[in-house]
Amino acid sequence: MLLAEVEETLKRIEAHKGVIGTIVVNAEGIPIRTNLDNSTAVQYAGLLRHLTMLARSTVRDIDPQNDLIVLRIRTKKYEIMVAPENGFLLIVIQNPCE
Amino acid sequence: KVPKPTKASSKKKVEEGVDTGDGWDEWSHGKALTKPADQLELTEAELKEEITRILTANNPHAPQNIVRYSFKERSYKPTSVVDQMAVHFVLEGSLLHQDSDEARRLRSSNDLIFSETATIDTGAEPDEEKPETPEAGEEDRPDSVASKTDKKEPKLTNQFNFSERASQTLNNPLRERSCQTEPPPRSIFSATANQWEIYDVYVEELQKQEKNKEKQKAIPSKKDNEKSKKKMMLMETQGDDFTKVGKASKIFERMVNQNTFDDIAQDFKYFEDASDEFRDQEGTLLPLWKFQYDKAKRLSVTALCWNNKYQDLFAVGMGSYDFSKQGRGMLVFYSLKNSAFPEYIYPTNSGVLCLHIHEQHSHLIAVGFYDGCVAVYNLKEEGLEPVYKSTAKTGKHTDPVWQVRWQNDDMDNNHNFYSVSSDGRVVSWTLVKNELVFTDIIRLSVNGAVSEGPEGLVVQRLTFHKQIDYLFLVGTEEGKIHKCSKTYSSQFLETYNAHSMAVDAVKWNPFHPKVFISCSSDWTVKIWDHTINTPMFTFDLNAAVGDVSWSPYSSTVFAAVTTDGTVHVFDLNINKYEAICQQSVVAKKKTKLTHIEFNPIYPIIIVGDDRGYVTSLKLSPNLRKKPKAKKGQELPKGPEVEIAKMEKLLSLLREPEQNAV
Repeated sequence: MLLAEVEETLKRIEAHKGVIGTIVVNAEGIPIRTNLDNSTAVQYAGLLRHLTMLARSTVRDIDPQNDLIVLRIRTKKYEIMVAPENGFLLIVIQNPCE
Repeated sequence: KVPKPTKASSKKKVEEGVDTGDGWDEWSHGKALTKPADQLELTEAELKEEITRILTANNPHAPQNIVRYSFKERSYKPTSVVDQMAVHFVLEGSLLHQDSDEARRLRSSNDLIFSETATIDTGAEPDEEKPETPEAGEEDRPDSVASKTDKKEPKLTNQFNFSERASQTLNNPLRERSCQTEPPPRSIFSATANQWEIYDVYVEELQKQEKNKEKQKAIPSKKDNEKSKKKMMLMETQGDDFTKVGKASKIFERMVNQNTFDDIAQDFKYFEDASDEFRDQEGTLLPLWKFQYDKAKRLSVTALCWNNKYQDLFAVGMGSYDFSKQGRGMLVFYSLKNSAFPEYIYPTNSGVLCLHIHEQHSHLIAVGFYDGCVAVYNLKEEGLEPVYKSTAKTGKHTDPVWQVRWQNDDMDNNHNFYSVSSDGRVVSWTLVKNELVFTDIIRLSVNGAVSEGPEGLVVQRLTFHKQIDYLFLVGTEEGKIHKCSKTYSSQFLETYNAHSMAVDAVKWNPFHPKVFISCSSDWTVKIWDHTINTPMFTFDLNAAVGDVSWSPYSSTVFAAVTTDGTVHVFDLNINKYEAICQQSVVAKKKTKLTHIEFNPIYPIIIVGDDRGYVTSLKLSPNLRKKPKAKKGQELPKGPEVEIAKMEKLLSLLREPEQNAV
């Protein structure tokens, strides 16, 4: 998949109504692309990385052939979606009630 | 022998010297003259007497009578050779080695002498020492000499004029040089091993072993591999491009849509219109997602086709039916999972008029264009260009292509499809490697039908029979439908005078082998038995019918769309005269519906309009009603039942007709 295509997809997601922000976190845990402000992005990246690793570890510990694809966290305010892929993390925060 | 005469002569001389000396002494000293007692008294005359003395080389004392015995002559012989040398004076040297006892003695005595008195008697000794002390030459006075010698006493050490010279060579300066090496890299590694981590390591190892087995090569190549692997790893980790989340981003786009259109998704899955129970037979359509793409807004939907393998995916052909406004077209693919944006987009130069997704190989899409081209797109291939495209050289149609249909693979397992165009040709296209190979199947021309004009037939639609492979139907712009066979290309098997205007769609019933449906711009939809050349059913829909489609779940259900924006759903089993649902599904009154397709599995239909919108609608329970099961009897299922159902209807109609004839 080309970079431009991914960029386009991310932009569409960001433009989608109710979407508060997207964060792409690289393997080192550093947000490399986001439309949120830096501190928020870093906070989300740091915290969700841990949670996702833990979730993945859990899934894989139950069945090593299995793997985590998406982690959806439905909260009172938002829905936070996290997907680990190739060491990277994609985080999308959406307000589905909007 | 020798010293004796010398002693005598010296005595003589001394006597004579003294003699003369006496005279000089007398004169010089005057009265203070003292005479030795034994001095001769001489007279004046005796004193004036000259005595001549001559010096000869002969020694007067040398013996002249020395004889030696000669053994040769056996007699004594006088020797003529006598030593004539006489020694007058002998003086022994006074140089002494300073370390010798004599010298030491001498020195001590000298010291005594010098310290007591400085007399001329001792002057001879210092004089003799003078050459030993080079600086002493300048002084003649005994006082100074004495004092000097006294002072210079330590210099005697240098008696033999050797000099002791010591010098120190330069010492190499000491230097300290040291350096510190870089400490070997250390890292603290700690980890907890989980079950899955262990599993991963094993899997990796297994893969490595398999690779090694495959390669069976020496170690260096392996090392290279590892290196390149590491490099790759580095590259991967360094690259901050987020193409890695490409798949996740696609999923997320769907998830975001799912969240937003959660109610629609729920409706799609679970909503059943409860009011149907009270409406007896009639049903409703529930609008679900609406699909649109900004770049295709001005184009109208010219073709729809569901993907057989992925039932949420469908293809939309975009073009224009207005022949004065032809231009670009577009081929887009939507998924029900993402209504906001197409899955695939292929812009085309010419308007798309028809398309068909291969039923077994769902990544292959045949497309017909307004400019007469046919093309095959492959969803698996990257890029926006078709993988196959016909050109003027390879049998391109000269008029718009109105229909394309995939056929079963031929004997060589090559994919092939049929196309039909208003130039009157029905062409079979075969995908051979990189080429599209064409074969004219039939040329619908004048001699086929008496009533046609000189240009030949203007073919609009065709449909192939499901079971009878060679049989196909062709709809024309004049409103006629021809039944043709692949094997008889010269003439039609049958011609139906179906419509008074262009045939917009012809479709075989998916269950019943004899039944087909047709619709036309003359407002009618007709159902035919292909063995009978008059329609079995005729429905007038009060507007030009754009498309008609059989349902995949019942042989008696079909749906049609009209240009007034209405969807008509019929179930002949329920009502043979009227539609059980007539519903306007467009937002604006002027919007014309162009096409309709049933989803092969889900109870939904999609309709396309001339503004580029595609709407999905859910059929209410009444529109997909199954015959009620009688108590204690299992409900029969399958195509046989459907065929029987249709047959039952047809038989009702045939009989009165036959009676009439």
